[in-house]
Amino acid sequence: MKQVLEFEKPIVKLQEELEELRRKHAQKPTEKLATQVAGMEGRLADLQKEVYTNLIPWQRVQISRHISRPFMLDYIRLCCEDFVELHGDRHIGDDNAMPAGFATWGGRRVVVVGHQKGRDTKENLLRNFGSAHPEGYRKALRLMRLAEKFQLPIVTLIDTPGAFPGIGAEERNIAEAIAFNLKEMMLLKTPIVAVVIGEGGSGGALGIGIADRVLMMENAYYSVISPEGCAAILWKHREHAPEAAQALKLSAQDLTGLGIVDGIVPEPLGGAHHDHETAAASLKAAVSQALADLENLPVDKLLDQRYEKFRGMGKMA
Amino acid sequence: MGIFKKRSVSDLGEKKKDMPEGLWVKCPSCNESLFQEALAKNLRVCTNCGYHFTISSAERIESIVDTGSFVEMDADLDSVDALGFKGYLDKVKAYQKKTGLMEAVVTGRATIESCPALLAIMDFRFLGASMGSVVGEKITRAIEAATAERKAVIVFSASGGARMHEGILSLMQMAKTSGALARHAAAQLPYISVLTHPTTGGVTASFATLGDIIIAEPKCMIGFAGPRVVKETTHADLPPGFQTAEFMLQHGLVDQIVERKDMRSTLGALLKYMTPCGRTQAA
Ligand SMILES: [Zn+2]
Repeated sequence: MKQVLEFEKPIVKLQEELEELRRKHAQKPTEKLATQVAGMEGRLADLQKEVYTNLIPWQRVQISRHISRPFMLDYIRLCCEDFVELHGDRHIGDDNAMPAGFATWGGRRVVVVGHQKGRDTKENLLRNFGSAHPEGYRKALRLMRLAEKFQLPIVTLIDTPGAFPGIGAEERNIAEAIAFNLKEMMLLKTPIVAVVIGEGGSGGALGIGIADRVLMMENAYYSVISPEGCAAILWKHREHAPEAAQALKLSAQDLTGLGIVDGIVPEPLGGAHHDHETAAASLKAAVSQALADLENLPVDKLLDQRYEKFRGMGKMA
Repeated sequence: MGIFKKRSVSDLGEKKKDMPEGLWVKCPSCNESLFQEALAKNLRVCTNCGYHFTISSAERIESIVDTGSFVEMDADLDSVDALGFKGYLDKVKAYQKKTGLMEAVVTGRATIESCPALLAIMDFRFLGASMGSVVGEKITRAIEAATAERKAVIVFSASGGARMHEGILSLMQMAKTSGALARHAAAQLPYISVLTHPTTGGVTASFATLGDIIIAEPKCMIGFAGPRVVKETTHADLPPGFQTAEFMLQHGLVDQIVERKDMRSTLGALLKYMTPCGRTQAA
């Protein structure tokens, strides 16, 4: 199944026309067809550039949710070696919306945790659409403590619409699971790099988002509330989500300006879903660089900087 | 209560029209009509059924601290429109006018049964006590002051959650407050969190659930997601008492449910165990 976003439709249409021309040209080459193909290739490149370099926040939100976008385990496969997945919070169960384990990232041994979405019904049943339960956050902390114990840096990959708003999640104190991570991550004596790779949905994202470096993929978003949720409250209708996305300043660019995000990880033209390998290479390099920057900092300095980073967030008079 | 019942309903209606504040108020729990003044005297707890009404930060402070001991800090911190969010500052100004408060939390130093503590009291009347930069900053400063002065910190929470109009900055107040509590805890200093109606969203998912001790007022709503969202997501019937203080006590989040009239003595008793103030000299 190929998901075509509304604003990509003119591009896809042109691509199909180009394919048709190429097919004709391959069957029976003529000079006229060759010129037409070349012309259309130029037009396609121009159109792609025009559309993809002027993305509005809502379009980026759509890209961040694209079904073909690389998910956490795709990035682990493409960026890491020797991934050893570890399961369970040791109390209630294992949360498949939040895989975690040891991995080797560009030669560095790390602990990696993140949200994992699914691409079809079966996968989403397993991954709960990337919405973790308390067990996910508690497993994440358990493994991050292992990282501290064995002096491995931590990489978190954030991609969730939000923590799961379910009965069991509330009964098992999902809010406390998130809060406890915020508190504990602030003092973990090992470098932490967090990357919003897709959706940075509110507290569910922040629950693994306390870090020394917070990076964002170019088309990811990070927000206190979903654009739809914001629209429902302010405009009384979800169809105003594009305006809400604009108002919330949730794009990587805006969040860099607000001092929330330390770096933007470039994606291939049109978004990571067009080219997983290029997106992964970009992520791999950015995280490796961040880890290299942090690895020689004395721990007390690292923790002071981490504290001050979040301490300084907020604007007031 | 009997004497109040003698007023007719129509009389009550007219009174309400004349005076927007209203001399009378109906208890949402038992439907009893309560005389405002009597309700205020009873710490805004229904004299008939014990329902805990929303209480202002000023009334709350008066009800728990040693008389005259409260000294407010950071009273002038004001919100700014960091995102260019349409209508935000008008909203803040309207609530400032309506409540006489600058923001949704009041912080300061006080003593409770002679034990010193830093206090942060959220006021639900101010924009649903949503947490933006100022709320997060004031709470963080109170925690940091408590750490520096080696005192306890007590936060009374009530909140609709993070303040949408400040976007990601609101979300980051969860990190900021929790970080300050991490340092406070590492210094082996006490934090008591008191949950009042309603404590939800980003406040529940940060400082409100990080107390060494977590106390809740009776029947208050405590949750992360709103009950309607939970219902819509799960398509299931919510269990009885879902997200109430009593439910959360049963599910292990809350240490104690404490009625408003007992709050001062409970806090005093806890502080005497958790701080040096109650310790007599060892022989
Ligand atoms: Zn009542």
